[in-house]
Amino acid sequence: FLGAGGGNDIQWCFSQVKGAVDDDVAEADIISTVEFNHSGELLATGDKGGRVVIFQQEQENKSQSHSRGEYNVYSTFQSHEPEFDYLKSLEIEEKINKIRWLPQKNAAQFLLSTNDKTIKLWKISERDKRPEGYNLKEEDGRYRDPTTVTTLRVPVFRPMDLMVEASPRRIFANAHTYHINSISINSDYETYLSADDLRINLWHLEITDRSFNIVDIKPANMEELTEVITAAEFHPNSCNTFVYSSSKGTIRLCDMRASALCDRHSKLFEEPEDPSNRSFFSEIISSISDVKFSHSGRYMMTRDYLSVKIWDLNMENRPVETYQVHEYLRSKLCSLYENDCIFDKFECCWNGSDRQLLTFFLPPLCSIVMTGSYNNFFRMFDRNTKRDITLEASRENNKPRTVLKPRKVCASGKRKKDEISVDSLDFNKKILHTAWHPKENIIAVATTNNLYIFQDKMN
Amino acid sequence: MFMRGLKRKCFDGEEDIEGTLAGIKAIPSYNLQRQSLLDMSLVKLQLCHMLVEPNLCRSVLIANTVRQIQEEMTQDGTWQMINTQSTGQASLDRLVSTDILCRSSREQAEGKHVPGYSTFNKDFESDHAQDSSETMSTASSVQAPRNLQTNMWEMENPQENKGNFQKSLDQIFETLENKSPNSVEDLFSEVDNSYYDLDTMLTGMMNNTKMGHCDGLETFSSPTTTPSNSNCKSDLNELDHIVEILVES
Repeated sequence: FLGAGGGNDIQWCFSQVKGAVDDDVAEADIISTVEFNHSGELLATGDKGGRVVIFQQEQENKSQSHSRGEYNVYSTFQSHEPEFDYLKSLEIEEKINKIRWLPQKNAAQFLLSTNDKTIKLWKISERDKRPEGYNLKEEDGRYRDPTTVTTLRVPVFRPMDLMVEASPRRIFANAHTYHINSISINSDYETYLSADDLRINLWHLEITDRSFNIVDIKPANMEELTEVITAAEFHPNSCNTFVYSSSKGTIRLCDMRASALCDRHSKLFEEPEDPSNRSFFSEIISSISDVKFSHSGRYMMTRDYLSVKIWDLNMENRPVETYQVHEYLRSKLCSLYENDCIFDKFECCWNGSDRQLLTFFLPPLCSIVMTGSYNNFFRMFDRNTKRDITLEASRENNKPRTVLKPRKVCASGKRKKDEISVDSLDFNKKILHTAWHPKENIIAVATTNNLYIFQDKMN
Repeated sequence: MFMRGLKRKCFDGEEDIEGTLAGIKAIPSYNLQRQSLLDMSLVKLQLCHMLVEPNLCRSVLIANTVRQIQEEMTQDGTWQMINTQSTGQASLDRLVSTDILCRSSREQAEGKHVPGYSTFNKDFESDHAQDSSETMSTASSVQAPRNLQTNMWEMENPQENKGNFQKSLDQIFETLENKSPNSVEDLFSEVDNSYYDLDTMLTGMMNNTKMGHCDGLETFSSPTTTPSNSNCKSDLNELDHIVEILVES
């Protein structure tokens, strides 16, 4: 099991599962993104049908000291609709590619959600009272004849059943020719970036009719195109710094103070290729599917097809740590290329941080990274103890407070009891999206159409 | 990339462990597998056209793979293909195991014997007993893909080959970039349903993707057939036709 500093192992237990039970997956229900908000109280998911579902953690119950609050549906709304691009005769999918929460400034919550082409700022607000006793209006809203008013009264607010409303406050459209893969909110909380295959744009949250192009890697001749942008993120502390990753396995760090168009990187992170491992699939598996800064901003993590890499921003020529997610797939790349699984884009995430304890010079008490794999397996790597664990998101383990059993894949040779052979893995069951609560050991893991919530066993 | 000696075996007939086995047990040669990968990639790129909006990252990665193969074949000299006659062998020959391509060059050098090749051959033959003359014996047994290639590239001139190949890749990208309804319709007008079967077979049937399903290519352990084998040859003729349209448009 994983250790967390002083010998306290994290034991993960099933907590909840959301979504349809039956095996027949409706395509619209396929989960495409998962994200906790900054306090962890809200958990948002986006799906292929363009819907956003937000879960809220209920307040901790004094009588239930053995578990943290459960997540229940708080709000559901249709964020994006399918569109048709008449110029190109192409459909624009309504699938939600990413959701990012804004930090809370007042009673309402705000999030950005994006599909391939359009980003929307949604306001989610609660209404639990309504005014009653108007002088000029009846209760049903009809206007009263003023001549019938004989007395005046002061309208009062009366409590009502809680209503959660989601309304689109800004629509950022028509700025991307290619498919948006990332959005990232700047640490100034005023601007954000959106990245598609070839370009990155900078927006101001208040301004929808204009954005600034800050990266453009489109070649003059599309025939010369050999590399695309796969992910981008702002630095958590430096509002002028962002990174973007590419399909060739490189990460570029850019400083917006250097020039308006950040086509020249400040740093280029790339690991030299291992010549002994070279094959026709080397480039494809080096393509980075996700990049995430650590909370301190000192490190960043990248996910490529077979591994997770941790980079120190001060060292460009190689990662400081590499963790193999499912190395047993290396000999199966041909089949995975044939069935297109080799193009699956796995995400990765850091454990939540305790910001009060973090200092620049001391490593955090507990540093774990998590990512998904096939067969509904997901993996965690403890950076301090160097131990790792494989767990499964499955309804078979759904007894709350039962510790999840670690899983093991047998790469070759004799399969031990409880091990699963590589050939038995179900490549349709992939975990692409995972999220870690910002403060507690609660994780959200999305299978194709179900959302699993696990938490550590509280003693 | 791979050890040069390994590639030369295919032409010069130098004997080594694998060469001997190739004669007897008909292990798919590196060249055959590379060819198979190339064909698969080209089909994937074509299929990109048929998607509503192609995933640019995927298209770029596949195109880069195709370029890599082309470059290696150019260096090899295998770019000038031996124009073998059609012997009526099933086109499934081209869908050979590309497992050898997954092996690192270190493994290649050590002459690692991959277990299960003999099983593969046996199962393969039993599954396609209808065509008893079918073996995986020689590198020259690849038919339809050669036809595919003669349509796309002129055999005589390697320079032209490169140019034409590049041209078709370019056209793929141009089509991705400026999708004009007319050319897309032309592309689709000749396609019949059997093409989609080919698609399903080659892409491992997305709805039911398990490792065991792709074992026609790789694991060699299960005798599961890949479906629509009989359609393969006619599908590849369709493919030729589509590629012709693509190149000429």
